[in-house]
Amino acid sequence: MEQRGLGLPALLALLAALAPRSFAAPGPTLWPMPLSVKLSPRLLVVSRENFSFSYDPSSTAGPSCSLLQEAFRRYHDYIFDLKTSQLGPPKRNSAVELKQLLISVVLESECDLYPNITSDESYTLAVAGPVAFLKANRVWGVLRGLETFSQLIYQDSYGTFTINEANIIDSPRFPHRGILIDTARHFLPIKSILKTLDAMAFNKFNVLHWHIVDDQSFPYQSVAFPELSNKGSYSLSHVYTPNDVRAVIEYARLRGIRVLPEFDSPGHTQSWGKGQKNLLTPCYNGPEQSGTFGPINPILNSTYCFLAQFFKEVGTVFPDHFVHLGGDEVDFTCWESNPEVLDFMKRKGFGRDFQRLESFYIQKLLYIVSTINKGAIVWQEVFDDHVKLKPGTVVQVWKQEMYPEKQAQVTAAGFPMILSAPWYLDWISYGQDWRKFYKVDPLDFDGSQEQKELVIGGEACLWGEFVDATNLTPRLWPRASAIGERLWSPKNIKDLEDAYNRLTVHRCRMTRRGIAAEPLFTGYCEY
Amino acid sequence: MAGSGLWFSLLLAAVLAGRAAALWPWPQYIQTSESHYAIFPHNFQFQYHVSSAAQPGCSVLDEAFQRYRDILFSSHSWQPPEPTRKQHAPEKNSLTILVVIPGCNQLPSLESVENYTLTINDDHCFLLSETVWGALRGLETFSQLVWRSPEGTFFINKTEIEDFPRFPHRGLLLDTSRHYLPLTSILDTLDVMAYNKLNVFHWHLVDDSSFPYDSFTFPEITRKGSYNPATHIYTAQDVKEVIEYARLRGIRVLAEFDTPGHTQSWGPGVPGLLTPCYSGSHPSGTFGPVNPILNSTYEFMSTFFLEVSSVFPDFYLHLGGDEVDFTCWKSNPDIQAFMKKQGFGNDFKQLESFYIQTLLNIVSAYGKGYVVWQEVFDNNVKVRPDTVIQVWREETPVHYMKEMELITKAGFRALLSAPWYLNHITYGPDWSEIYMVDPLEFKGSPQQKALVIGGEACMWGEYVDSTNLAPRLWPRGGAVAERLWSNELVTSLDFAFKRLTRFRCELLRRGVQAQPLNVGYCEQEFEQT
Repeated sequence: MEQRGLGLPALLALLAALAPRSFAAPGPTLWPMPLSVKLSPRLLVVSRENFSFSYDPSSTAGPSCSLLQEAFRRYHDYIFDLKTSQLGPPKRNSAVELKQLLISVVLESECDLYPNITSDESYTLAVAGPVAFLKANRVWGVLRGLETFSQLIYQDSYGTFTINEANIIDSPRFPHRGILIDTARHFLPIKSILKTLDAMAFNKFNVLHWHIVDDQSFPYQSVAFPELSNKGSYSLSHVYTPNDVRAVIEYARLRGIRVLPEFDSPGHTQSWGKGQKNLLTPCYNGPEQSGTFGPINPILNSTYCFLAQFFKEVGTVFPDHFVHLGGDEVDFTCWESNPEVLDFMKRKGFGRDFQRLESFYIQKLLYIVSTINKGAIVWQEVFDDHVKLKPGTVVQVWKQEMYPEKQAQVTAAGFPMILSAPWYLDWISYGQDWRKFYKVDPLDFDGSQEQKELVIGGEACLWGEFVDATNLTPRLWPRASAIGERLWSPKNIKDLEDAYNRLTVHRCRMTRRGIAAEPLFTGYCEY
Repeated sequence: MAGSGLWFSLLLAAVLAGRAAALWPWPQYIQTSESHYAIFPHNFQFQYHVSSAAQPGCSVLDEAFQRYRDILFSSHSWQPPEPTRKQHAPEKNSLTILVVIPGCNQLPSLESVENYTLTINDDHCFLLSETVWGALRGLETFSQLVWRSPEGTFFINKTEIEDFPRFPHRGLLLDTSRHYLPLTSILDTLDVMAYNKLNVFHWHLVDDSSFPYDSFTFPEITRKGSYNPATHIYTAQDVKEVIEYARLRGIRVLAEFDTPGHTQSWGPGVPGLLTPCYSGSHPSGTFGPVNPILNSTYEFMSTFFLEVSSVFPDFYLHLGGDEVDFTCWKSNPDIQAFMKKQGFGNDFKQLESFYIQTLLNIVSAYGKGYVVWQEVFDNNVKVRPDTVIQVWREETPVHYMKEMELITKAGFRALLSAPWYLNHITYGPDWSEIYMVDPLEFKGSPQQKALVIGGEACMWGEYVDSTNLAPRLWPRGGAVAERLWSNELVTSLDFAFKRLTRFRCELLRRGVQAQPLNVGYCEQEFEQT
């Protein structure tokens, strides 16, 4: 009573999925696929007791680098703390044992810095007995290489930890590989955010786009304007304190992940109004104020004083060079109803063109942000509405319709861009929609080589209207993993069946590591 | 039942009363007011009325008292009554339960009476029911009526409830074959079913993908047919535990062993059971449905279902019978010869009927009733008149409401599932579509309508395992639960939305991973462990 209406392809898929009982011999399963992998059939055994991570004498980073020390401990647990224990003595007593992974950081390690858009994540991994080498220019590459190394180790049918001799050269295809979470439509407890960061590292994502506030609630606790969250959060227990935010940023840093905060304005700001008087535009019903409010009021000096002070705080709390300023879906109805706004428009000579008023606002905001030496990311409307943008402003394309054309326009105008349009993970449907996400190529648009180089990456967006801590994890993973590989691996890694086989194993690995990643299809995990 | 005029006034009273608006599913008759009574956890107890047929030692109720005590008070820090601050509200220090008919050790059945009345006023705090099953439903309602002031005191409003289910079969199907569900997932689901007053756990144990049921007569089936015979199976002990856990919550366990299709996983452990498919004149090495032409097949089924009949005590077994693919039968020369001998011509439905009838005879000889999927009816299999037919197809061969009409017209009892496939997901609040279905919305006489014994929400397992089961089930399954329990007039989406939103927060408080209906928050959010 199940396969109805799914037709022949689904039946074939079903038959294919009946196969797991006849799984091929266990082996390494890599996700996302590295740039270049050479696996030798020669096997080494690894044991929990004898194996250790260590530093090559040439390494610029050593035991004083806590970022790496913590990563070693984490990966030791991921590799060896499997629920299945070794079932017996190793089968091949004669097999060479891998006893050490030697780490070498070549350039200045950046151990105590934050990752940024230009961070070097490349690494090379040479596995041979009895010592393997992981070499990277910076600690960020080491983190990526450790993840790959952990994915190379598997248990053979006797339960012995096993690794093939291998040579891997790897670096990401795009530097910006993000996940957007929305903590305004539903509050996400810190634990959920940290879990998400864990899973991001397993998939080599490197940007947490934190859509922290919106119409519905303002959980960000501001030091300069505490009333914003006092009045604007769902409740006083639904807030992120400065300590919480610091914890997220540090947890992310230790995993080579940037935290990109978004404070969306002038629309999507209903919750700001509760704690900040006169910030929002009063809407009118004829000659009277209706008691409701619209977007941020762009005609008052007080607005810009507030924004300058607020973003100054944001700039210091969030160390990343970029701040996301939103700018999407500005509804003009309320502005149109307000006589003072209309007066202002007349004075400025904007006529009835509210896009010019929006531009006026955004330009002032962009200026404020540039005075604190931050870069800006905006949603595509800001570009669509002809706001004059500083070169280097990053445009995020999110509207589904004809998004490749939009990519071409944005890059033709010379702006760096991030793609999200095909990757709205909150849009769910029955079946294997990861395939759809996987097939997208961010460079599939008409444009010159220079234009393509302006695509700095993409983001999977999990908007929160119907998502909270109860369903976040299974809705994100492994669906976001499809996007993780698309943004990391070479363009030619796109075979769907190979991806299906690897992703099935990768999702079991994630569940073993404590991430409740949902199944791709019928089958089971061996643990 | 109250006329609609009276109905609306009651509804209005309830909305005004506010606190009662947390009830899910909505009771048949409720009167409530703003006056309320305080409850102090350390003083409060559930107790049996002296003339109750159930008394201390009644496992079903003793354990329910413990459970509901925990649900009501355990996750809170208790606030002792402040002697200095005068309590304005009078106190209730017990809920007295009176069960009329004795019987604490039997199993719930399709005929079990679940009626109860709950009276909370100045003189009484009293739960009256015919059976222990009714008392369980009443305890759940009681637990939903208790609320807590910001200062931490528990209260219950003056309330009068008379309640009974609209349909006797209110089920939830879980599929443990496409993905194995750990025992804890099943037990947790039974808890939430009880919160929703659902009373049938339809256990789709085995299917093509795997055979996790650990058969003691045919251990080879499980050894070869499960995903992993050490870890991905349900032992006899597991099954017993599920049945007892369900019984204590007034839930029946309806076991399904689907044949002759959906049986690929049976094959490796029972040589000769499945039909060998042919490619031209040679066996292709693949297998089709159960082979209906061999005596050995029926000998196997006799032995197997003898075991199943004793392991699963419910009067009903689900025999499946859906989606039989004829391609393999058609390809097999022995089957073709058998068809000719029997005079079936090329009509493979007759062969299917032949199989199903033989199977039904076997199972009814064991004193069991049976439920089958609608194809058995669609294919004109001659079945016993007391067979229950489960409708699952949305549009073919006819719209599901037409199918309900045809089945009841033919005099069979019907179960509705077609609009309630919870594994089918879409963006947004799809619970409202689920909620707005009425199982009796078809053309038919009152006698026909009376043959609809209820319905089931189905959670098929192709894309579902323990990682995503709970949020996908709840609170969407609650929409089906209210439709099957509450009065047919309870259809206001606004009213349902408000109550379901609060109920899902209550589920979170009880530790259930129920997903949100829309934007918003709960005082106590779900915390990952």
